[in-house]
Amino acid sequence: MVDKKEPLLEVKRITKKFGGLTAVDNMDMQIFPGEVVGLLGDNGAGKSTLIKVISGVYHADAGEIFFKGKPVRIGNPMEALKIGIETIYQDLALAENLNVYSNIFLGREMLKKFLGLIKVLDHEYMLNESKKVLDQLEIEVPSLRNKIRTLSGGQRQAVAISRSIYWDAKFLIMDEPTAALGVVEQKKVLDLVRKLSSQGVPIIIISHQLHDVFSVADRLVIMRRGKKIAERITAKTTPDEVVGLIVGTLPGDYDNINNN
Amino acid sequence: MIGNQKARHIFLSLIRRWIFFFFAAEIVFFSITGTNYFSLKNLQNILLASTTVLLLATGETFVIITGGIDLSVGFVVGLSSVVCAKVMVDLEAAGLSQTLSISSGIIAALILGLLPGLVNGLLVANFRVPPFVATFGMYGIAYGSAEIICNNVPVHNLPTSVASMGHGYLFYWLPGKAFTFLSKPENLTRMELKDLISIIPNVTMITFLAIGVFAFILAKTKFGQHTYAIGGCTTAAERAGVNVKNHLIKVYMISSFFASLAGVMYVLRFITGRAPAGSARLLDAVVAVVIGGASLYGGTGTILGTVIGALIIGALEIGLVNLAIPTYNLHIAVGCILILAVLVDQFSPELVHRED
Ligand SMILES: Nc1ncnc2c1ncn2[C@@H]1O[C@H](COP(=O)(O)OP(=O)(O)O)[C@@H](O)[C@H]1O
Ligand SMILES: [Mg+2]
Repeated sequence: MVDKKEPLLEVKRITKKFGGLTAVDNMDMQIFPGEVVGLLGDNGAGKSTLIKVISGVYHADAGEIFFKGKPVRIGNPMEALKIGIETIYQDLALAENLNVYSNIFLGREMLKKFLGLIKVLDHEYMLNESKKVLDQLEIEVPSLRNKIRTLSGGQRQAVAISRSIYWDAKFLIMDEPTAALGVVEQKKVLDLVRKLSSQGVPIIIISHQLHDVFSVADRLVIMRRGKKIAERITAKTTPDEVVGLIVGTLPGDYDNINNN
Repeated sequence: MIGNQKARHIFLSLIRRWIFFFFAAEIVFFSITGTNYFSLKNLQNILLASTTVLLLATGETFVIITGGIDLSVGFVVGLSSVVCAKVMVDLEAAGLSQTLSISSGIIAALILGLLPGLVNGLLVANFRVPPFVATFGMYGIAYGSAEIICNNVPVHNLPTSVASMGHGYLFYWLPGKAFTFLSKPENLTRMELKDLISIIPNVTMITFLAIGVFAFILAKTKFGQHTYAIGGCTTAAERAGVNVKNHLIKVYMISSFFASLAGVMYVLRFITGRAPAGSARLLDAVVAVVIGGASLYGGTGTILGTVIGALIIGALEIGLVNLAIPTYNLHIAVGCILILAVLVDQFSPELVHRED
């Protein structure tokens, strides 16, 4: 299932600075078809910044991104979405004043012809499609016409996840997708990750719950202060080793190179 | 229990629509206390008197929904009125026909009117200047430019048919005798002229046509949806692939367009162009939008609400005139209504934010 020949997505020597702070420093990373990669690191390690470069929110100061072997320029979020890179952001970013289905379709609204010539929003279609995807994920939300601001944290998370699932992701990035969830909902999200990955969708998952990451990820990439310091096959490492790498009590694989 | 909840729900949604009752109560009040307040003529007067506020407030609704504000509109009205009038006068003096001079004036004003919006939008979207600052700067620039163009004096001596357009009505009805479209029945006696009923002022028709088109855009189209999304969470809109910068520029241009349309309507109604035309209406327009249910923090608001908000102010103004109460009281009343609107909004958060 895991085809190691050619990565679907590859980032090379990505650097992103905020003023004097280098949030991501010369990062390399590859993700192969059908693979789940856990991206780990302490708070402030640069995980969110890296994935925001991939999803077009930030412009890298240096480095390249390859998709299916070809260099791509991801200048804004729409360009990432068009390639099929869907992202669930840590801070969710939903329009609280819009209802559930409007958020799922935000930026990609379904339109219909009004009087044969003017394009207007097709609310019914968007409502029904959203219902389907929420049902498929067994997600319960009081009403899809409810505004996001009336929903709980877990429900919002569910909406954000449904949005990225609905659009046939070719590649899925999840930044702490279980953080706001209860135990049952967390399990649902992890089941979903496994299901999508069995359908061949590669996933980058960022999480502080090592137990979760170990249960879904094939491979782990560990960052410290913006740099990749280690990479492990999940089956060949232990949570203890990974914690050591994250906090720095164990030396990283590339520490020597970086210090020279 | 359930009955109780239902009653509560109905009660809350009635409060939410308080402006409709307020408007109705206002009309009833002045109809009882005033003279001939509730008559076709007077109701049409309310609509006419509300022209500038209606137009400015409609454009302002888009801007306020995105979480911004457009203060420049007050003087864009004047700039547009001066350009419109000046082009008409100069072209007629140069020997062009009235029709050509008038239509050139209107088109010139409407096109030029997009410019302040473009600049406002660029400043806000691309250079991250706070809307308050960008549009306040434009407020001054528009006023100064208008005064330069008209040499500090109102533009007079417009082509004569401007008056027949601006003071005209869509229909004229002489009960039992004639019903005409756009122009009065011919050869009327003095008595007949007195009995002639004029229905729907041209200016009001144009005003509501423009408002209707943009109400549709806001409520039904992708453009409208993105306007709300940007006001609700700019980050969310950006990450969902909305081109927020372009969208904001368009929104400020819409506001500016409505201001210049208000300038053109001013010329048609008053047969003159003046640099300060409409500037006093800026506050009323913002108040109309807020009374209409829009939050100054962005994300909410409707054109219907705004229109009712504008008409509440217009009905009050005409009502005070009718009762021979000095109009400076209007400002006190408008201020009170604004505070009432904000209070209702504050103390009813759950009902304002529930469903569509
Ligand atoms: N928009 C920003 N502006 C300035 N600094 C930022 C911004 N976003 C992140 N940073 C900084 O970059 C570093 C990496 O942050 P982040 O990528 O969010 O880390 P992580 O997701 O691994 O916790 C942190 O020091 C953070 O403060
Ligand atoms: Mg993060």
